[in-house]
Amino acid sequence: MSLVIGAFTMGLILSLLSLGMLISFRMIRFTDITVDGSITLGAAITALLIARGYSPWLAVGVSILGGALAGSVTGILHTRFKIQEILAGILVMTALYSINLRVMGRSNIPLLDVTTVSTGAEGILAKITGGASRIGILGWQVPMGDLAVFITCGLIVILIGIILCRFLLTHQGTALRAAGSNPQMVRAQGVNNDTMVIFSLALANGLVALSGSLLAQYQGFADVQMGIGMMVWGLASIIIGEALVGRTSIGLTIVGVILGTILFRLLIAIALRWGLNPNDLKLVTAFFVFAALIAPAGFGRLRNKITGGLRHAEN
Amino acid sequence: MLKIESVSKTFHAGTANEVRALRGVSLTIEDGSFTGIIGTNGSGKSTLLNAVAGSFEPDSGSIHLDNRDITAWPEYKRASLIGRVFQNPFAGTAPDMTIAENIVIAMKRGERRSLGFAVTRAFRDDVADRVRTLKMGLEDRLDNPIGTLSGGQRQALTLLMAAWTRPKLLLLDEHTAALDPKSAAKVAELTKIIIEREKLTALMVTHSMQQAVDLPDRIIMMHRGQIVEDYSRERKCRVRVPDLMATFDRVQKRELFDESVAGMLEGQYC
Repeated sequence: MSLVIGAFTMGLILSLLSLGMLISFRMIRFTDITVDGSITLGAAITALLIARGYSPWLAVGVSILGGALAGSVTGILHTRFKIQEILAGILVMTALYSINLRVMGRSNIPLLDVTTVSTGAEGILAKITGGASRIGILGWQVPMGDLAVFITCGLIVILIGIILCRFLLTHQGTALRAAGSNPQMVRAQGVNNDTMVIFSLALANGLVALSGSLLAQYQGFADVQMGIGMMVWGLASIIIGEALVGRTSIGLTIVGVILGTILFRLLIAIALRWGLNPNDLKLVTAFFVFAALIAPAGFGRLRNKITGGLRHAEN
Repeated sequence: MLKIESVSKTFHAGTANEVRALRGVSLTIEDGSFTGIIGTNGSGKSTLLNAVAGSFEPDSGSIHLDNRDITAWPEYKRASLIGRVFQNPFAGTAPDMTIAENIVIAMKRGERRSLGFAVTRAFRDDVADRVRTLKMGLEDRLDNPIGTLSGGQRQALTLLMAAWTRPKLLLLDEHTAALDPKSAAKVAELTKIIIEREKLTALMVTHSMQQAVDLPDRIIMMHRGQIVEDYSRERKCRVRVPDLMATFDRVQKRELFDESVAGMLEGQYC
């Protein structure tokens, strides 16, 4: 059970990464590689501040700002200096590697026996249960600490999901989605497309850094290498989410991405349990994303072949 | 009032591909008038429209609209005064978003976009009423992605969106050229109706001589980056398609003549 709740918690934390990437990759259509660096930046800032005794919530806030700053730099490199999307992301990601080392002062900061965002929930749970260290759920004994982290992360994800959904339905959010769909159109409608790209990347990387902040607190350490391959994981989660619920409405898309990330973490947990070598994990993920990316095109062509004739007959 | 004063633009200056797209074009468009621009390929008619829309900054000259100097304004800023319909029927709308969402974006053109809900019930009723005037049955499909509509339907909606805020100027860039004949006729008809209903000032580039004769109340003919003919008021009322063709021929012959004379003189003096 602790394996399942672990996968769920991990899924919840990384769903913030996926939601960030939903904005950059799917909404504004920007292939943003900054992600690998900004998730580590979030973890690094959090580790530094918590280790120095600051409030974990302050650490979360500063992490989000740090990620947003990194995202805007990528956006400015692309819009102001006309550097290709991917190269702009690679430049910032590479720079972030050094910045993260500078922030942490070394390559790894452990966070053991410190106050985290879930400490409050832990206290409340302890009061309710009268100080029990484990609790039985569906016949499994779950450590109290794990449950507290799970609940805290769940609440944060629900809150962020609602705010994001609400935002994307506003005038600003609608313009943001349109900017990804047709930049020429939004310019003709008076939207500064460049500002929109910068803002979207700031928002996206702010969420990614939030994910990194929670990840560091959950894992109990921040490591300068932890961001490698995160972008591909996020992409895989988004693809699973879209396969689960489709892209019919904003709310459903967001729920789908969260569920997709959790499902992806569960699949990984099961695969590792069955004896998959952890070193092969990124290869398997990359292959999965490749397969998912080419599959819809193949399906689409097949679908057109089947239904194309009918449509012509109707006209 | 739109006032274009001796605007010039050269693309790829100093290279083998140098194109002098606009050569000191001056043009004044009165409020409430509908002007058509015709001309051969490469005559600079679309370039002139793009100069007004702000796709690029002219090399020299100035553009005033509504008594404001907009020469240095970026494209998105000019959109507060200008509505546009493009030649490509897919260029004016966001395909993944619904009809209502596309219109809500156009409705806020030139205004601050707030953090209030975009598509509200009151707005939907307003949209449905206006979309109904297109007589295409789209008012029942406001929540469908616009990408599922035909080119003609999308162009009609783009036109409606461009006119929504009653801009100071409506730019139509061969907006019926890429449509099938039936849709083109429908969109041309809607153009006339909407411009008259909203009393808009419009500038339209067209390839179709018939359209130039039918729709606008003034025709400008361009050739090689310059305005060579200006049919306004009474002259416009009398002009027919054969007259325009004849003018085209005359302009082109004059040019051939110029070149052959130049060749002759060269032979004599060099």
